[in-house]
Amino acid sequence: MNLRTHQLTKSFGGVHAVDGVDARFEAGKITALVGPNGSGKTTLINTITGLYSIDNGTVIIGEVRHAKMRPSMVASLGITRTFQNSRLIQQISALDNILLVLTKRNVFAALFERHGKRHLAEAETILRKVGLWEKRDEHAENLSYGQRKLLEVARAVSTKAKIYFFDEPFAGLFPEMVKTVSGILRELRDRGAAVVLVEHDMALIREIADYCYCMDSGKVIAEGTPEEVLQQSNVIEAYLGK
Amino acid sequence: MEYLVHTVVLVSIYAVQAMSLNLLIGETGLVSVAQAAFAGIGAYAAVVLMTIMGVNFFVASLIGALAAGTVAFIVGIIFLPLRQVYYILGTVGFNVIAWSVFLNWNEVTKGSLGIAGIPRPVVFGYALSENAAFLVLCLVSVACVYGISALITRSSLGRVLHAIREDEDAVAVFGYATTHYKVFIFVVAAFIAGYAGALFASYLSYISPTNYIVPESIFALSIVILGGLGSAHGAIVAAFLLVVLPEVLRFVGFPSELAGHLRLMSYGLILIFFMLYLPKGLFGKFRI
Repeated sequence: MNLRTHQLTKSFGGVHAVDGVDARFEAGKITALVGPNGSGKTTLINTITGLYSIDNGTVIIGEVRHAKMRPSMVASLGITRTFQNSRLIQQISALDNILLVLTKRNVFAALFERHGKRHLAEAETILRKVGLWEKRDEHAENLSYGQRKLLEVARAVSTKAKIYFFDEPFAGLFPEMVKTVSGILRELRDRGAAVVLVEHDMALIREIADYCYCMDSGKVIAEGTPEEVLQQSNVIEAYLGK
Repeated sequence: MEYLVHTVVLVSIYAVQAMSLNLLIGETGLVSVAQAAFAGIGAYAAVVLMTIMGVNFFVASLIGALAAGTVAFIVGIIFLPLRQVYYILGTVGFNVIAWSVFLNWNEVTKGSLGIAGIPRPVVFGYALSENAAFLVLCLVSVACVYGISALITRSSLGRVLHAIREDEDAVAVFGYATTHYKVFIFVVAAFIAGYAGALFASYLSYISPTNYIVPESIFALSIVILGGLGSAHGAIVAAFLLVVLPEVLRFVGFPSELAGHLRLMSYGLILIFFMLYLPKGLFGKFRI
């Protein structure tokens, strides 16, 4: 499933945090979103996933075009995400954080649901993959920064979504962990999911991204393959200044 | 002995009410200052059915609880989508409105005079007129509500409620229509509070609007905070401590009028102390 934005705009007071963005995130591709801090990358994700209301423009998810949708409705279309600053449920265990996204999305069904072997096996698989199975009973708040980042990635992957937004998933990770997460992103892409990656590490972008958008002051200032985008003078200028 | 039974009956009824509130504030993070109002709706509905229509306590209390739940559904739909601070103010306002209705709807509630002569429950032809017999019903009620709490909190639904408690937006982006969950638990809590209200009315055989004022809701809140957020057994222990406290004050020689004032002051002090120094309460799972 693909996702497109058409002239998407989000402002806070007089500041255009996202300013008429046209972007396309395709299935089976890792699309990188780069740009200096405050360029609007996270705001774009928040707007697409329904956390912020859309001021202008539309989001087209598969065949569904919308200009106003709650986060839960966006998620029900097969979209998931991680957060720049980890937003795990801190006072429940790592395992419960995974089981949370495997639960039925219905009040009464959830009341009588007992997680069977299938859900537990799924949770075990993903927690082993990110190296957190031994920490499954630890409250999320007791995990290290890197472990929390990994758990967030694991939680997003467990949703089996069609479109994934990863907001700086590599920040603060050790090289081994970076390898694990980039492997997971590639797996998702190979499975046919659309993967959107916000990242500042250009070497990593060159290595794993298929396509790239660069944002500055809320606008897309360049797009193309990572090699093309990262060589453009306006992109270098946006990062380094004139 | 009779005094001890009386005290344990009161502890049980307050424990039932506090456990209902714990589902809201403890498990879901929804502070409500309206539990007394829902207890009042349950109580008045049951009492009217019992005294005017001669309906059996168990049927009347069930209908009373359903009435409280129905009102909670409407109130919940209006207030729960609001931000926390507006929602809390909304529950305070609702409690005041409910009290005002109890006070002024003379045809049904008999206003400030209250309704007297409320019958005790009858089980298979045996009236629970003795306090000891009524205590058994109260203890069964505590056990049932404890069981309902455990069913909810240990289920997947309980996990979702805990998650909403911590970060509602983060839960919503995973496909949860969080307002549905909040309305559900609000209704369940009101249903239980409504039943506790009917139980209380039947025990005292008299009710008046003063039983359902805002400080009564704050009293229930104090029990939950003292017992610890997310702890049903904490609510039971705290109900015991706070119901017994004024009795202790009387025994140590305070005049009963002064003991009454000290009771209210002590609830306020308990709330402040626990928020500052013991945010998990006595047995709490979560911080305030």
